[in-house]
Amino acid sequence: MKRDPIYGMMAEFDTPTGLVEAARRTSHAGYKKIDAYSPFPIEGLAEEVGFHHDEVPLVVLIGGLIGGLTGYLMQYWMAAVDYPLNIGGKPPHSWPAFIVITFEMTILFAGISAVFGMLALNGLPMPYHPVFNVPRFALASKDRFFLIVFSSDKKYDRVETRKFLESLEPRSVSEVPS
Amino acid sequence: MGHPLHQPMDEQYKTTMDADRAPVIEPGHTFATVTEKISAIVLTRPASNGWFLGFGICFMLTMMMLFAIGYLFLKGIGIWGVTIPIGWGFAIVNFVWWIGIGHAGTLISAILLLLRQSWRNSINRFAEAMTLFAVAAAGIFPAIHVGRPWLAYWLFPYPSTMNVWPQFRSPLMWDVFAVSTYATISALFWAMGLIPDLATLRDRSENRWTRMIYGILALGWRGSARHWHRYETAYLLLAGLATPLVLSVHTVVSFDFAIGIVPGWHTTIFPPYFVAGAIYSGFAMVLMLAIPIRKIYGLEDFITERHLQNSAKVMLATGLIVAYGYGIEAFMGWYSGDRYDAFTMWNRLHGPYAISYWSLLICNIFIPQVLWIRKLRTSPVALFFISGVILIGMWLERFIIVVVSLHRDFLTSSWGMYYPTRWDWMTYIGTIGMFLAAMFLFLRLLPAISIFEMRTLLPQAEVKAE
Amino acid sequence: MDEQNKAKREDICPSKRDKLDLKSVRSEIDRAGKTGPEYWRSLEELAGSPDFQEALHREFPKGASEWLDSVSRRGFLKVMGASLGLAGMTGCVKLPLEPIVPYVRQPEEVIPGRPMFYATAMTLGGYANPLLVESHLGRPTKIEGNDKHPASLGGTDIFGQAHLLGMYDPDRSQSVMSMGDQRSWQSFLAAMRGPLNAQKAVHGAGIRILTTTISSPTLADQLRNFLKTYPEAKWHCYESVNRDNVLEGAKMAFGQPVETRYDFSKADVIVSLDADFLSAGFPGNVRYIRDFAKRRDPDGKMNRLYVIESTPSSTGAKADHRLPSRAADVEGFIRLLIHGGHPLSEVGFKNLYVASAGLTEDQFRFLAPLEMDLLWNHRGAGVVVPGDHQPPSLHALAHFLNEESGNVGKTVFHTDPVNANPINQTDSLKDLLADMNAGKVDMLVILGGNPVYDAPADCGFKEALLSGRVPLRIHLGLYQDETAELCQWHVNQAHELEAWGDARAYDGMVSIIQPLIAPLYGGKSPVEFVALLSGQADSTGYDLVRTYWQKQHTGTDFEQFWRKSLHDGWIEGTALVPKSVQARSSSPPPQTVPADPNTIELNIRRDPTIYDGQFANNGWLQELPKPMSKLTWDNAVLIGPKMAERMGIQTKDVVELELNGKKVKGPVWIQAGHPDNSVTVTLGYGRTRAGRVGTGMGFNVYPLRTSTAFATGVQIRKTGEIYQLASTQGMQSMDTPDGATRPLVRETSLEEYHKEPKFAQEEQPAAATTLYPPYQYQKETYAWGMSIDLNRCVGCNNCILACQAENNIAVVGKEQTLLGRHMHWIRVDAYYQGDRDNPKAFFQPVPCMQCENAPCEVVCPVGATSHTPEGLNDMIYNRCVGTRYCSNNCPYKVRRFNFLLFQDWDTPQYKMMRNPDVSVRSRGVMEKCTYCIQRINERRIDIENASVQQGKDLRIGDELQTACQQSCPAEAIIFGNVNDPNSRVSKLKAQDRNYSLLGELNTRPRTTYLAEVRNPNPELEG
Repeated sequence: MKRDPIYGMMAEFDTPTGLVEAARRTSHAGYKKIDAYSPFPIEGLAEEVGFHHDEVPLVVLIGGLIGGLTGYLMQYWMAAVDYPLNIGGKPPHSWPAFIVITFEMTILFAGISAVFGMLALNGLPMPYHPVFNVPRFALASKDRFFLIVFSSDKKYDRVETRKFLESLEPRSVSEVPS
Repeated sequence: MGHPLHQPMDEQYKTTMDADRAPVIEPGHTFATVTEKISAIVLTRPASNGWFLGFGICFMLTMMMLFAIGYLFLKGIGIWGVTIPIGWGFAIVNFVWWIGIGHAGTLISAILLLLRQSWRNSINRFAEAMTLFAVAAAGIFPAIHVGRPWLAYWLFPYPSTMNVWPQFRSPLMWDVFAVSTYATISALFWAMGLIPDLATLRDRSENRWTRMIYGILALGWRGSARHWHRYETAYLLLAGLATPLVLSVHTVVSFDFAIGIVPGWHTTIFPPYFVAGAIYSGFAMVLMLAIPIRKIYGLEDFITERHLQNSAKVMLATGLIVAYGYGIEAFMGWYSGDRYDAFTMWNRLHGPYAISYWSLLICNIFIPQVLWIRKLRTSPVALFFISGVILIGMWLERFIIVVVSLHRDFLTSSWGMYYPTRWDWMTYIGTIGMFLAAMFLFLRLLPAISIFEMRTLLPQAEVKAE
Repeated sequence: MDEQNKAKREDICPSKRDKLDLKSVRSEIDRAGKTGPEYWRSLEELAGSPDFQEALHREFPKGASEWLDSVSRRGFLKVMGASLGLAGMTGCVKLPLEPIVPYVRQPEEVIPGRPMFYATAMTLGGYANPLLVESHLGRPTKIEGNDKHPASLGGTDIFGQAHLLGMYDPDRSQSVMSMGDQRSWQSFLAAMRGPLNAQKAVHGAGIRILTTTISSPTLADQLRNFLKTYPEAKWHCYESVNRDNVLEGAKMAFGQPVETRYDFSKADVIVSLDADFLSAGFPGNVRYIRDFAKRRDPDGKMNRLYVIESTPSSTGAKADHRLPSRAADVEGFIRLLIHGGHPLSEVGFKNLYVASAGLTEDQFRFLAPLEMDLLWNHRGAGVVVPGDHQPPSLHALAHFLNEESGNVGKTVFHTDPVNANPINQTDSLKDLLADMNAGKVDMLVILGGNPVYDAPADCGFKEALLSGRVPLRIHLGLYQDETAELCQWHVNQAHELEAWGDARAYDGMVSIIQPLIAPLYGGKSPVEFVALLSGQADSTGYDLVRTYWQKQHTGTDFEQFWRKSLHDGWIEGTALVPKSVQARSSSPPPQTVPADPNTIELNIRRDPTIYDGQFANNGWLQELPKPMSKLTWDNAVLIGPKMAERMGIQTKDVVELELNGKKVKGPVWIQAGHPDNSVTVTLGYGRTRAGRVGTGMGFNVYPLRTSTAFATGVQIRKTGEIYQLASTQGMQSMDTPDGATRPLVRETSLEEYHKEPKFAQEEQPAAATTLYPPYQYQKETYAWGMSIDLNRCVGCNNCILACQAENNIAVVGKEQTLLGRHMHWIRVDAYYQGDRDNPKAFFQPVPCMQCENAPCEVVCPVGATSHTPEGLNDMIYNRCVGTRYCSNNCPYKVRRFNFLLFQDWDTPQYKMMRNPDVSVRSRGVMEKCTYCIQRINERRIDIENASVQQGKDLRIGDELQTACQQSCPAEAIIFGNVNDPNSRVSKLKAQDRNYSLLGELNTRPRTTYLAEVRNPNPELEG
């Protein structure tokens, strides 16, 4: 299918309060596909743009479990199965000695899955993104707050949506080409 | 969820207005000013001659270290002072010292985060950087201190043609895992924290190339609400994981000794007292770096008296734990009734290395007590020097544990003395140079203070309910 | 010091002249058209030539190995002392051309990888030391004692062990030299003809032959024949460590020279008058140690040892009663024992007091009980042993006492001298010098020895040589040493492992010295050399020795007799039979004038490890700790603690000793138990032409040495300099500075032992409480263990060298030893306890304990050290990365680490010397005692083959011995299978005296000790 030349409509705000407020009104107005951009995390904003459950903790849990198991089984297999040796009269499977590494492996795997899980779920790295086409969007990493309604939203309409966004008293409203 | 980054601002102010404490961030700043001030150091402000001089010197020291290591590879560790019975010398002392220093960063970023100490926001970034460089410096030693350094990789469990595996009952193996895990996790923690700021630099930089580079590093971060949400969850979880990790690392390092049967090593007090010692020296190093940096780059607004004070208090507390550790060691030497432990204690107090033990007590226990005085707690100069003293003291502590315990153990016939050679010193001083050189580069290339976290500390960041 | 060294190196590597490449070498040989062994021979002749050396150095550039070399004395380990003959031989060995008879098998049965054993002997001070040499494919690799020979019974002394390295020493003289140029043997022959003919005319009036002490019947016979052909010629003997006093003492007592030997196995009371008869170098010490040790069993009839000595020695350390005394005071003191034939107790306190005016409290208390024990309670079961350096009158006195207490014929025996030419060597040398200075000597032939270095200072031998009054000076020696330097001709002597010969042991029994390998550098043996002088240049040593014995042998079965003699290592019926000699008078001999008690005595003794200097270039002996001080690589000025305090001198202070005008500087070592007003210095150091190892080490005391009995009135001056002394032991006391005492060596008196036999077993760990189930070693067929009897050990250090030779252990040099990096796998700790002026001394050999709960294994990150089911604590060198954690965690500190590249990988001689069954460790790996695992496995293979052949299940028994055990003269070390209740080791471990060192750590060592029990005289106790 041919791609929509317009990615969405973006409004710029001065304060986090403004943004949160705007986001709330937008979603009440029935817009489903919206998102907000801010130079720092703002509590509750994600919920306002319709983001409800976060999968990161699950990823971390699984990662941790895999790490722990790998850690212990690796040691057990290497020391007691594949090449058992008499070390200072201790049995091949000297479990108390294996605990430290098991613990470290758990942390390692959990930590890695936390970071890379987060990136993956966020679809990062992503060098190009339509929002960057808006010149003023550079301020999103400084002191400005942006709200966007995606053109893929059913309710999206160039005129209507722009009108609606302007009703939120933004600093400016601009169209985002894709 | 009540995220520490957004405590209601009034509470934030209550604390900052509290007569007993200076504010976390001086009033009158906006998102813009914070951003400008910090990113300017990297983007616009030209590198001073001082910077070049400092970096130059440290770079030379790094080269000296590489030379010493090259010679070591050529001739063998016989060029060092190590011998039988003192099989471990400077290398292990320095390793433990650096690892200890490397604890502050993660501690500040993770533990203080969980403890909702929002003041850590302005020092965690370079504390983490410091951690990384310290761990890097530490990591050099275990690798080069072995007799056949080119085979050091045998400590990793990889399928080899010899069909043999590492020996997992050895504390050194635990070390390998603990330290490498710690290095990885701190690196991730640091890198992750950088992403939003890199985005800022990307958007701020005028120069096409820097924009390109920062752009790549920023991974295309655009500050979407969804992203921020996952980001914070991950960050918090990572903090949650790093906390037990940071405690475990020095515990494991202490096992290198506690598991051994050498009198002076074989004791159960080691884990807690090593961890305390690590934090102790870590904060000392943080202060030694923070104080000049805030002066030179005019960051007094962000790194305020309050940070200095809090760090000083942490040092005071951990210092007392360390003192308790020494006390218990001495007590056990007597109480255990074990003639070898008793002698080890005697030897610390009266033996040929007694001077190092007494200096240790002065550096780590007596001098830091002046931190009870509020005036000194808030005086950058005083803190700078006290921190220096503590760093020396902590180095001595490791020297005493490693060398003084080994040089007179069970059989009097096998007693010996340890004399570090110039190669020992060159390697040690070299790592300090390398560490500082890395710090210099970091200051020039990356935001030394977490910009986005600073923004959250501003009153404007608060979402006002209508 | 290093410059010196380099200088020497130049000396050793001769002048480089015009070039020569290997191609032309080949053509040379091809032209010679020689093959087989001859081929090799011709090669060495070639190799001798300087051009060749030159070519060689281009082949193996000297620098190549230098960069790895530390700035230490290990320099010698690295220098290429190579000749192509050797380079070739490391691959292909040259067997002697004559049939030599293997100890166990016929030579034609050579099986690669199977060593063969040959019986031979080495001589020291003329006395034969019977040996059994292990040979791998024609390369001697290890020396043991000849267990069938009464003078050895399997044991050796340190010189026997070091004999091997001496043979392979790359610094040995490698060619005939004349005025600094290399010459061939032929040219030497040519050069001799003229002078000898000239002498014929004057009946050899101008010929003087100077030899060392000689017991070789063949050589003596040759020399006598030579003197027949040249009746005017004279044969002189001189050796710096000689037995003139013994000889003169005998003459004084019996009017004739007799050899005295002792049977300690029958002696209940032994009185040593400054005689260190338990230390290497004392004639018969190996056998004496064995007999003495046998009688140290507290469960049997234990002997009692009284020692009066002028410097602490291992004999004194074993004493039940030790009395430090200046050498000059011994005689005066012991004389008090003799007073009209009834006990002192009866004579009464007063007489004694009068008689002994000027005795110290100790001496006073010592006297009566000693007399009681020796002269009354144990008549016929005592021995009085005088020290060789004591004056003749004391020897005569000792003879008198032995007569008095009826020991002669029971424990003390007199025989004809072992020495073939029993003359007073000091006088002999003086006569020679007189002739030399009078210009009577045209031709001086020095057969071995190094008189320029070790002749008494006051006779001026060196000056006489330098003066040029002797036109022709010829030297036969192993090294191009100080003496060779001053002779026109130097002939390189063949080492005793390379040449045929014979010699008498302390009991006179003759051993045939058979070569293990053809001379590496084509040297000549004394026998061959003398043959040349007598005009039989072409006869080989083999012919000479064989023909001599053919003459001696009556009967037709000579072949069989010859083979048997070679095979056994001695010639039947050659032992000297005891003869009864008549004392000249029934009264004690006149006393030599006692020395003034207030002057300081200079006590000059042979060195415990390098003897009179002839072993100065032997790295093993240089690095072997001296028994009492544990010093290596140096001699020192030993003084007592009292004196040191009085004079404010510390260990390592350099002092200047002055004796009648002669001055010598040396570092002080404060030696516990050293008598007051006396200093002890040892000979053999300060060599100027010893070789790369020995040159410049220590200080030379010969300048102070005069030919008089005692040297008193020596002046000591502090110079303020400090000199580092390398002792291998950290501290020589079991009392720690905090006032506690560590029960490392456990000891009690015989009485106490009978009351409380288990005295040593306190502090053993309780039943181990552990998370882990213990390993079931008792299920295995074998569980190796070792028991070391501290009562038997006399601290002779022989085990250290035996181990070093067996296990290819590197020599590290003085600098590294100073840092504590010596590599000995077994060490002998010496501890002192009690009064520093007369302490109790203990020896404790410490090999790896092979702990069942080995602390070292648990901490190794790569599993480079782990346990075998048989309980061996193995090192896997290839796996070791060198963290040194194991060493840190070893409470016994028996692990040794290759901090640098200590092993020499280049020098061909050392390659040939190494034991092929033991891997050579390189830089950066840990190593330690393995209980000689190579021996265990070799034995295991044999026994398993045997089991298969005989179809029954055979087990390894006590025949399996570790290297340290095998050559231990005292049988103090016993190794074996502790799972076999009947093995010797199990029986020993079952004894009450058995204890584990640091057992309280629950390391469960497999090496355990039998505690020490002394047998003091109850009257002297407390």
